[in-house]
Amino acid sequence: MITLDNVHKSFGPKQVLRGVNLHVPKGESMVIIGGSGTGKSITIKSILGLVTPDQGKVIVDGEDVTHAGIGADRDAFLARFGMLFQGGALFDSLTVWQNVAFRLLRGALKRPKAEAREIAIEKLRRVGLTPDVADLFPSELSGGMQKRVGLARAIAAEPEIIFFDEPTTGLDPIMSGVINDLIREIVVEMGATAMTITHDMTSVRAIADKVAMLHDGVIQWTGPVAEMDASGDPYLEQFITGSAEGPIEAVR
Amino acid sequence: MILLAPLRYLGQLTMAVLATIGQVAIFAAQGISHIFRPPFYFREFLTALLQIGWLSLPVVGLTAFFTGGALALQIYAGGARFSAEAVVPQIVAIGMVRELGPVLVGLMIAARVTSSIAAEIATMKVTEQIDALVTLSTHPMKYLTAPRVLAALIVVPILVGIGDIIGIYGGFVVGTGQLGFNPASYIKNTVNFLEMSDIISSLIKGCAFGGIAATMGCYFGMNSGRGAQGVGEATKSSVQAAAVLILAANFILTSVFFSQ
Repeated sequence: MITLDNVHKSFGPKQVLRGVNLHVPKGESMVIIGGSGTGKSITIKSILGLVTPDQGKVIVDGEDVTHAGIGADRDAFLARFGMLFQGGALFDSLTVWQNVAFRLLRGALKRPKAEAREIAIEKLRRVGLTPDVADLFPSELSGGMQKRVGLARAIAAEPEIIFFDEPTTGLDPIMSGVINDLIREIVVEMGATAMTITHDMTSVRAIADKVAMLHDGVIQWTGPVAEMDASGDPYLEQFITGSAEGPIEAVR
Repeated sequence: MILLAPLRYLGQLTMAVLATIGQVAIFAAQGISHIFRPPFYFREFLTALLQIGWLSLPVVGLTAFFTGGALALQIYAGGARFSAEAVVPQIVAIGMVRELGPVLVGLMIAARVTSSIAAEIATMKVTEQIDALVTLSTHPMKYLTAPRVLAALIVVPILVGIGDIIGIYGGFVVGTGQLGFNPASYIKNTVNFLEMSDIISSLIKGCAFGGIAATMGCYFGMNSGRGAQGVGEATKSSVQAAAVLILAANFILTSVFFSQ
C-alpha cells in the first residue's frame, strides 16, 4: 500500500535520509524504530507531502505521490490519512470536540454540526474519554488525555492509513500501556494500515506486525516483530537492549 | 582578502535582504489570492474581525485622543509665534486625517495585532499544529492567513476613520476647554477645511497598513524557527518589519497623493 523507493532528504548540509526503501502492505502495522534525530519523523512527513524528498519516490496504492501539489486531489489524498502527532498538536483555540470533528466541520466531509458533535463524542468514548471533556479546551487536559484526543481526531474520519508519531513519549508506563492497547485495538478493528514511529520497545511489541529500524538515513533491518529478538543485526540488538556499547555511537 | 571581508559581508547582507523581500512578496501574493479562492473559513474571518477591529478600539481611541490634544497644544504654541493661533482646528484636522491618524493606528495595529498573529501562528508551527492542519486537508494559508489579511484590509480603514474622528475630538476638547476656542466655530472650521480627498487618502492608507500588519504577522509566524526562541524571534521580527514597512508605505502613499 505504501512504498518508499530510495528516498533522500537533506536539510542544508545535513543528510537525514540517504535512500530509504520500505514497503508497508495494506492492513499491516509497521513500526519504525531508531534513535532521536535519525529521520523517523521526516520519513512519515515525506509520505504525507509535508516534506518533499530530494530524490526517490513515494508510492501510495500504486500512485506516485512524491510531488503531489495542492488542490482537490491532494485533499482527497490527505482524507485517506489520519495522524497522531507527538505533542498531540491539538488546536488550542478550539474545544475538544471541535478538534476531534475538525475534518467533519469543514471541507469535503462537512456535515451538520450536531451530527459532527455526535461522531466526535463517539470517537472520544472509543478512546476512553467521557462526553464531559467534549466542551473543554485542550489546555485543560492532562498529557495522556491530550494524546487520546489526538488519537480520536486521527480516527474521526475513518482513515485507511494512520500514522502515530511517538504515541507514548512523555507518558507514564501505565498510560503508555493504555495508549498502546488502544492503538492496537483501533488498527485491528478499523482494518487500517498503520505506521508508528517510536523508540519505546514496549510500544513496538504491543503495536507492531513488522518492524523497521532506521539508522544513518537508511533502513538497517526490517522484518516481523517475532524475528526481532533473533535478528543477529548488531544495530538492532544494541537498540533493543539499550546498550551504550555497539555499532551505534552513543554520542551523536 | 581581509580588505574584501566587509564587501563580502555587505554583498551577503544585500542578497539576504533581497531574498526576504522576494519571499515576502510571494507570500503576500499567495495570501491575497487565497482570499478569492474557496474554501472560505467564515468563522475564522469573524474571529479575526473581532480580534483586529473591535478589540483594538480602546487602544486606538486613547492614542488618537491624546495625540489630537497634544497636537492642538503644539499648534497653538507654535502658531502664537507669528500670531496664527486661529489655525488650530484646521491643522489638527489635516494633521490627524492625512498623517497621524493612519500612521498611529497602523503602528498600534503592528504592536497589538501583528505581534499576536505572529506569536500565535509561530506557536502553532512549533507545536506541529500547522502540519496537523495539512493532514486534516486544510490549507494553512487559507485557514490562517487569508481570513486575517482580509479582516485587516476591511477593518483597519474603519479603525483609522474612528481614530481620525477621535483625534479631532481630542483637539476639540483641548481647543475649546483650554485654549478658548468657540465650539461651534471650531467644528465649522474643521468641517469646511477638510476635503473628501483627505479622508479618502486616510482610509486608503489604513487599508494598506492593515494589509501590511496582518501579512507580516502571518509571514513571520509561518516561517518561525524552533522552540520558544523561534517564537520570540518571529514575533520581534514581525513587529519590526510591519512598523518599518508601514512608515515606508506611508511616505510613498503621501508622495503619491499630495505631492504636486
